[in-house]
Amino acid sequence: MSIIPQPLTQFPWRVLALLLAIAGFGTLVLYSSAGGSIFPWAFNQAVRFCIFTVMALALSRIPVEVFARYTFPAYGAVLVALVLVELIGGVRGGSQRWINLGFMQLQPSEFMKPIIVLTVARFYSLLPVGEIRRWNAIWPALVLIGLPWALVLVQPDLGTATMIAAGGVTVMFLAGLPLRLFIGSGLTIAAAIPIAFSFLHDYQQKRVLIFLDPESDPLGAGYHISQSKIAIGSGGIWGKGFLQGTQSHLDYLPEGHTDFVFATMAEEWGLVGGVLMIGAFMLLFRWGLRVAMRTQDKFARMAAAGLTTTVFFYVAINLMMVMGLAPVVGIPLPFMSYGGSSMLTVMLCIGIIMAIDRSGRRKRRPGNWA
Amino acid sequence: MKFPSKRKIVTEATQSFTFTRRAMVVGGIQGAIGAMLVGRMAWISVAENEKYSALSESNRVNLTLIPPRRGWILDRNGKALANNRTDFRVDLIPQRMVDADGTIRHLAQLLSLESDEVDRIRDELEKSAGFRPVQVADKLTYDQFAAVSVRLPDLPGVAPSQGFSRYYPAGATVGHLLGYVGPATAEDYQERKDPLLITPGFKVGKDGLEKAFDRHLTGKPGAKRVEVTARGKIVRELTTRPDTPGRSIKLTIDAGLQEYAGRRLATQSGAVVVLDCANGDVLAMASMPSFDPNSFSDGISHLEWNMLSQDDHVPLRNKTLQGLYPPGSTVKPMVALALLEAGVGPQETISCGGAIRVGNTLFHCHKRRGHGPLNMRGAIAQSCDIYFYQMAQRIGMERIAEMARRVGMGQRFDLPFPSQSYGTVPDPTWKERKYDQKWQVYDTVNATIGQGYMLINPLQMAVMAARLATGRQLMPNFLYGAPRPDPGLVGASEDHLVIIRDAMSAVVNGGGTGGAARMNIPDVLIAGKTGTAQVRRITMAERAGGVRGNSSLAFKLRDHALFQGFAPFDKPRYAVGCIIEHGGHLIRNEDAPMIASDTLSYLFDPTRAMEKLVTLEKGWGGTPGERQERQMAAFRMADAIRKGEVPPPPAANASNAANAAEGNAASPAPDNGSDAADAP
Repeated sequence: MSIIPQPLTQFPWRVLALLLAIAGFGTLVLYSSAGGSIFPWAFNQAVRFCIFTVMALALSRIPVEVFARYTFPAYGAVLVALVLVELIGGVRGGSQRWINLGFMQLQPSEFMKPIIVLTVARFYSLLPVGEIRRWNAIWPALVLIGLPWALVLVQPDLGTATMIAAGGVTVMFLAGLPLRLFIGSGLTIAAAIPIAFSFLHDYQQKRVLIFLDPESDPLGAGYHISQSKIAIGSGGIWGKGFLQGTQSHLDYLPEGHTDFVFATMAEEWGLVGGVLMIGAFMLLFRWGLRVAMRTQDKFARMAAAGLTTTVFFYVAINLMMVMGLAPVVGIPLPFMSYGGSSMLTVMLCIGIIMAIDRSGRRKRRPGNWA
Repeated sequence: MKFPSKRKIVTEATQSFTFTRRAMVVGGIQGAIGAMLVGRMAWISVAENEKYSALSESNRVNLTLIPPRRGWILDRNGKALANNRTDFRVDLIPQRMVDADGTIRHLAQLLSLESDEVDRIRDELEKSAGFRPVQVADKLTYDQFAAVSVRLPDLPGVAPSQGFSRYYPAGATVGHLLGYVGPATAEDYQERKDPLLITPGFKVGKDGLEKAFDRHLTGKPGAKRVEVTARGKIVRELTTRPDTPGRSIKLTIDAGLQEYAGRRLATQSGAVVVLDCANGDVLAMASMPSFDPNSFSDGISHLEWNMLSQDDHVPLRNKTLQGLYPPGSTVKPMVALALLEAGVGPQETISCGGAIRVGNTLFHCHKRRGHGPLNMRGAIAQSCDIYFYQMAQRIGMERIAEMARRVGMGQRFDLPFPSQSYGTVPDPTWKERKYDQKWQVYDTVNATIGQGYMLINPLQMAVMAARLATGRQLMPNFLYGAPRPDPGLVGASEDHLVIIRDAMSAVVNGGGTGGAARMNIPDVLIAGKTGTAQVRRITMAERAGGVRGNSSLAFKLRDHALFQGFAPFDKPRYAVGCIIEHGGHLIRNEDAPMIASDTLSYLFDPTRAMEKLVTLEKGWGGTPGERQERQMAAFRMADAIRKGEVPPPPAANASNAANAAEGNAASPAPDNGSDAADAP
């Protein structure tokens, strides 16, 4: 059929190239952010990316059925870990998120992001077709989402809790639950926001209020958003040039190599860099959703679309936060922000989507290639 | 769909179809949010680019103002009365200090500051609004400056800098004339919001001409742009724009004469004003004792301030403009001019018997035994009170008051000084308005000898002398070459003026009361008029027991001594007014006539005038600067004793120590050439 050997054509070249482009660009930004040095961030990030890419490729060789089989046990394990965090976890910065394993700090809530998607997908794939419009199709999913959500919320970690809920609900939506349920609960939540607001922690309430009006406290809690907007805005169309950013190099932009790395990038590369980055991420999501739509297996397609959306939430929430459209919630930008755990999570998602892609191709191979 | 559905029937196929449709919805939402993010970013970085670029720039660049050098103040010959000296200084930025007490202690030790200086710094720190720097010390040597600079890491909030400070070469003698400079107050800053005002080292004019011409003398600040990190660390200097120094001003003052006049006032509390008879230019205007504007401009210590404000010689008041004194007999030439105008003949004679009765009061002449018969010339020369009591009653107060105003009494001049007292020329309407009382004959009698309600300041007295000398209504002026209209005439005929000038010459040169003012310059004769102003009422008991001599009175009760005059008497070039507060005519060479005369003689023969002054100063304990330093040392010692820091010396008590430096003012000397008006 083709002169190129099969393993090579099967290898996900295009998506790997895309990831490499995004991560390579991210490494460049970290290099600049350290004042023109590959240490301490750019080198670590590049090494990490290589390791996690290998991990993702290894994941992609695993048949989808294996993921399906181990979904519930994994969910149970992470849930237990979340309870343990609550009992014995380390407190840092007012939140209780970590378990010290001795050799590393484990943040179980991070793993819950992809696993909640797989779990809900698994639940709906097991649900008999006719049950989908019944009450039995709803409450188990809500319990599955609600438990980890509540555990993460009390840590407290509003950003991760939101992402867990959003990932789970997205899969419910994809599973085909009646549309009115989503519209109705959406309206209910909108009405309930003011009540929920009063239950937030002081620092969270403050973040929300300052998000609504960052200039009210430009030197205090609104500082992050103000400085981030200044960095992006002063970049203009073409940016100030590589290594020329002043907001990041003179330390006006806080967290310029982690949560606010996009602002660091935008200052030096301008609108052009921003559009290219957002475009690259959009291509990645398109790939994920197309994988989902190509796939016939119910669990696999819901998982693929759900995991894609999880990665999307990372990007969207981070960018909205950086541009002053969302409160500061501490969601990093995948591949760009310096940090191991978020990259691990995202690469887990990518690896599983690759595995789904690979399985789908295998099943379709005897038939036509289209 | 082919399924007949009362209730929607879901199959694998429809579920798959639903999934595809919903996945596309999810993809669409993702795309929409992506597009929104791009739009938002474009809005921030393109539409609002200008705003955020400016904000980024103001983050990055820190603008430090360089205080402009102040314009010089020059005398009429271009000699500097006030200039700038390069100096090293150290300031404190209260906001940035961590351990205020420790820092001050460390600095005091490094710079060997006096304890009263340390008190001042503590005081100013407390009052400071946080952003305003507090001066620790200036005029430091390079070594001191370096010693502080190398210890900066241990001294947060300490700001050493190199800049310029105001310097007044003539020191105290120009204190009241020029004023001084100092840091702007918090109120100034609240009002003008000019960041220059809170820049370390920037000073504004606080008094005198420095204040009046502040805007003119202030230049444009320079600026240093530096790139700083968020933590305030300086990364690099970008550009430096040098300051534009302020414009200088040229005064009519003669620097040499001004200093001479100040020094010649000796240990007295007094004032001398010298005017140019050609155009009214003020050549000298000295008020002594005075503060030293150099030490005021550096930030004065509590102790020095206390010393100055407690001094009975009122060094903090500008006597030339704010001091008001009864003019005493110095008004007699003016009254005589009014008499001539009213038709009194110069040869008309009055016989002085030592006293006359007005109403039911007996008015005495200063010479108890009486002068005998006197014409106008003799009455002025001998300063006979009886002559003027009688003649004034003949013409009435209105005409005298009118002449007084024409020669400048009670007149407010347009001068570049913040405050000016302009005295009173009393007349019946004035008394009616002010006291709602009818004018009495004894009021006229009092006024003709410059007592009662009549008040004058030393500048006005010099103006009166200049107007009597020239017959023109000269206006005092401080700006060299300032355009002004030709002065109007006093309105007296030249014949009358010649009579007055001749009589005033007789005061000094013709055996009159002002013999002490005789000048030792060939072909130059000085004309003038002495005066004595009482500051106390003489009680009936005192009168009965004999009026006490000034030397036995407390300082505050002694008479003021006055002198006004001009030289040369026949072709007047310079006019002078001099007042010695509570001088009491006790010391001949520190009395008004001789001070005024010596000061004028400087204009004709500076070398000899200076020689005389240097000799005299030896007897007074040195120059005003030296005397003040000694007074300060004594005061500091007294203060330390009072606080119990130092045991009192066995011989002298604290107050004696403080007074010792006052010089020999208390030693009485016979007074020959004085006149004493004896009025009730």
